[in-house]
Amino acid sequence: MTKFEIPGNVAVSDSGFLFMPTTGETFTMNEMGIFIFKMLQQKYTRNEIFEKALDEFDIDKTTFEKDFEDFIAQLKNYSLIKIS
Amino acid sequence: MAEKKKYERPIITKHYSGLMNKFGSRAAASPKSEIDGVPIKKLISEFGSPLFVFSERQIRSNQRNALRIFKTRYPKVQFAWSYKTNYLNAICSVFHQEGSWAEVVSEFEYDKARRLGVKGENIIFNGPHKSKEALLKAINEKAKIHIDHFDELYEIIEITTEMNLKANVAIRVNMDTGIYPKWDRFGFNYENGEAWQAIKRILSNKNLKLIGLHTHIGTYMMSADAYKIAASKLVNLARGIKDEFDLLLEYIDMGGGFASHNTLLGQYLPAEEVVPSIEQFADAISTGLFELPLKIDEMPLLILETGRALIDDAGYLLTTVLANKRLSTGQRAIIVDAGVNLLFTSFWYKHRISPAQESGIHVEDAALFGPLCMNIDCLSDGILLPALKKGEHLVIEYVGAYDTTQWMQFIMMRPNVVMVMEDGTVELIRKSEDLDYLLDREVIPDNLKSVK
Repeated sequence: MTKFEIPGNVAVSDSGFLFMPTTGETFTMNEMGIFIFKMLQQKYTRNEIFEKALDEFDIDKTTFEKDFEDFIAQLKNYSLIKIS
Repeated sequence: MAEKKKYERPIITKHYSGLMNKFGSRAAASPKSEIDGVPIKKLISEFGSPLFVFSERQIRSNQRNALRIFKTRYPKVQFAWSYKTNYLNAICSVFHQEGSWAEVVSEFEYDKARRLGVKGENIIFNGPHKSKEALLKAINEKAKIHIDHFDELYEIIEITTEMNLKANVAIRVNMDTGIYPKWDRFGFNYENGEAWQAIKRILSNKNLKLIGLHTHIGTYMMSADAYKIAASKLVNLARGIKDEFDLLLEYIDMGGGFASHNTLLGQYLPAEEVVPSIEQFADAISTGLFELPLKIDEMPLLILETGRALIDDAGYLLTTVLANKRLSTGQRAIIVDAGVNLLFTSFWYKHRISPAQESGIHVEDAALFGPLCMNIDCLSDGILLPALKKGEHLVIEYVGAYDTTQWMQFIMMRPNVVMVMEDGTVELIRKSEDLDYLLDREVIPDNLKSVK
């Protein structure tokens, strides 16, 4: 099963401001980005994130799946996630 | 069960320091959800996507405003609608209803204007190519022929002499007004005396009546002063004609070229902040013309062939998101159903592009591509847009000038064009093309008709 790991030193505010102390890089996320990122930090699995997102937000599974994969790819691109 | 929260695609945006400009960037793309009160969704559901939409109200308002501005500065003003800017019949008709003459640059444009009911005497026939047949027609119908070169002048002399006709002519004059590029490929040059030679040649022929002088110094002009210089130079010629030949010209045609509020690619500030207003162009032109030492009632009519500045903001291109993807750099890429075959002006303009629906405040830098399987089909290589879903719409603004004349059928057909009328109704003004329309012009030789 795919495992996601967010670096332990990444700081995220409630408004979606993200700071990476090792590189000094900063990012902002929208509400859905914060929702997913925080769950990833808390080591939720992919299935658990899907279940919670579909339960709380007005979205179908196919669209969410496309957007989730795109978001993970972005996090990977910015070295904000390790996938194993 | 509790109501579910509104969903927006997850976005993460990296901050880049040192690249911000001091004016900041657009905080969020504000939606453009209707045109003159008609919802974008309704327009697309009725007429399809992509869709060109024109606002009758905006066209009339632009024309009336420009006329008022010039008439408050100069006593006699006449606009002539530049057909090449947009020659859809409905568009031309609005301008003609507002009192504009027609300014054409080809025989088919001339015929189009005549079919719309414009009298020959109210047509200005410009351009470097006028066939013998076209010239004969224009001479017979008393059109105002603006001569571009000596070969054309001699052809008109030949026609009028052979058939004993009188032609109403003017010459196009090119000149140095301090701007670059200098448009010296059209007309006769002022500085080297060529224009004066042409004037003398015309005035020595009894079949030609010199009625005016014309110039058109460039396009998307960012300097109003250049028009003052141009007007002064035409006034010098007019003064010479009065002094040497005791002839008062009927008109001076200052052409067009006023910039619209479209921002050019590579332009730092938005066009609204750097482009001269119509008032500034009018001030410059009228100041130049008033150097002519004549009584008010002897002053020539001022003709303007303004195109872009009167129509650009009255045209919209509605388009639909086909797909979202990522480029190898991580940049968001959005594919829409309107390509560069419909938006020729995207090669030099940074169009204002807005979502047609409410969206979140977070924006991403996105490249916007059309549906053509061609690498050149890029509407914008970097635009801040909110998260857009497949099937949502975008509105591309300021597309009234040149896009529906320079568009082409290439991979995709040309779509419907509608006009939102002043009373709020929507009229189809050009039907979308289909395969039958395309094949109607093709001929296949008999021995190629069987396909195994």
